[in-house]
Amino acid sequence: MGLAKRIIPCLDVKNGRVVKGVKFVDIRDAGDPVEIARRYDAEGADEITFLDITATSDNRDTMVHVVEQVAGEVFIPLTVGGGIRKLEDISRMLKAGADKVGINSAAIFNPEFVKEAAERFGSQCIVVAIDAKCVSADGEAKRWEIFTHGGRKETGIDAIEWAIKMVDFGAGEILLTSMDRDGTKIGFDLELTRAISEAVAVPVIASGGVGTLDHLVDGVTKGKADAVLAASIFHFAEFTVGEAKQHMRDNGIEVRL
Amino acid sequence: MATVAVIDYGMGNLHSISKALKTVSPDANVIVSADKNTILSADHVIFPGVGAIRDCMAAIRAAGLDETIKHVAKSKPLLGICIGMQALLEHSEENGGVDGLGIIPGNVIKFSPNATNKQNNKLKIPHMGWNEVNFDSISPLFKNIAKKERFYFVHSYHANKVGDNYVLATTEYPNSFPSAIKWKNIVAVQFHPEKSQHAGLQFLKNFLNWDGQS
Repeated sequence: MGLAKRIIPCLDVKNGRVVKGVKFVDIRDAGDPVEIARRYDAEGADEITFLDITATSDNRDTMVHVVEQVAGEVFIPLTVGGGIRKLEDISRMLKAGADKVGINSAAIFNPEFVKEAAERFGSQCIVVAIDAKCVSADGEAKRWEIFTHGGRKETGIDAIEWAIKMVDFGAGEILLTSMDRDGTKIGFDLELTRAISEAVAVPVIASGGVGTLDHLVDGVTKGKADAVLAASIFHFAEFTVGEAKQHMRDNGIEVRL
Repeated sequence: MATVAVIDYGMGNLHSISKALKTVSPDANVIVSADKNTILSADHVIFPGVGAIRDCMAAIRAAGLDETIKHVAKSKPLLGICIGMQALLEHSEENGGVDGLGIIPGNVIKFSPNATNKQNNKLKIPHMGWNEVNFDSISPLFKNIAKKERFYFVHSYHANKVGDNYVLATTEYPNSFPSAIKWKNIVAVQFHPEKSQHAGLQFLKNFLNWDGQS
């Protein structure tokens, strides 16, 4: 027995409320982030990730308060992503009680930011979030590129090369989201997950597309992910985190139960 | 009222550790401090840390806390966490080689980048997540904690060449390394009790009840 595979519920937070939509549209209210985090902790979540999808910087203070409140009573690792653009943003979140921050578009606009952040705060708290989409035509060898703005804007950057570069710059973990699968509930892009996981030495979190508990199993066994992230299957109580873990264990995956 | 000081030298998430201490010991006076006298007058002292060892040692020295920690190490229960554990040892190979405080004999080395896990996949570094801690069940520091309980780890370097008598617990990744050390009145752990949910809180509670001897 050794290191357990992790299950990470993700909360998309907008103006202090947990929301969930498909591809950032048709957003539904899913409740209070502190209450939901408390529930996931009680169910045995290994970590919790908050994604701040608030549009304005004024409302980011709300996120800091959410993190402070959660960190005051939930004693598992917390990651905060969304709007992390400056060293000061990282410092604020860590002080509020976050253990890791997710950097996404700021890394694309300025890759050096990841280097500076890792040097200042340590690689252990720098998660680079990668939103990738398949760009190869049918019959071609699979290729994925990085997209920004919720998958709408292409960058022309190869996803595997980008992941390698980000780890080289100091990322301690990769949060990989398939924009083709996000919100679809048809399962992770396993080929993408495996390609990235095998290309880098740091842990990879698979995200985007979970609709069943078997999808979580596949992410680890076929996608070689070190952790699996899901949002909607947990928010609307389709499954508890505990059920997800039991299912993974029943399928031979080592989990913390 | 018992006082517990969390050493603040500008590194890491001290919010979580102080809240965790308050949770397990609501009556304790938990002080996050960089002040020498405050730290020296506390009943229990926590030496936390995250990040890289070079910055950590530089910050400790810049704050003039190296001598303070050495004093504490001679006199009262001290808990080193993560980089706090590594800094208590003699030397780390991180950042091209950095001397620690040299309070506990032993050094710090990196996980082998060429190692593979049991499924024969390349070992992921950092060692990040929940792993089993194998401990000697008679220690009061692991009281009311199940054997092989999982704690949360996040690190790329680990303690090495620590005398067998001082290894309180081990963890495998994939080889066994010391995940907890007990040296006189000091206990040093590689995992993060403040992030290890129930087991971590119980460990902190045990530390606050520890007299620094047994």
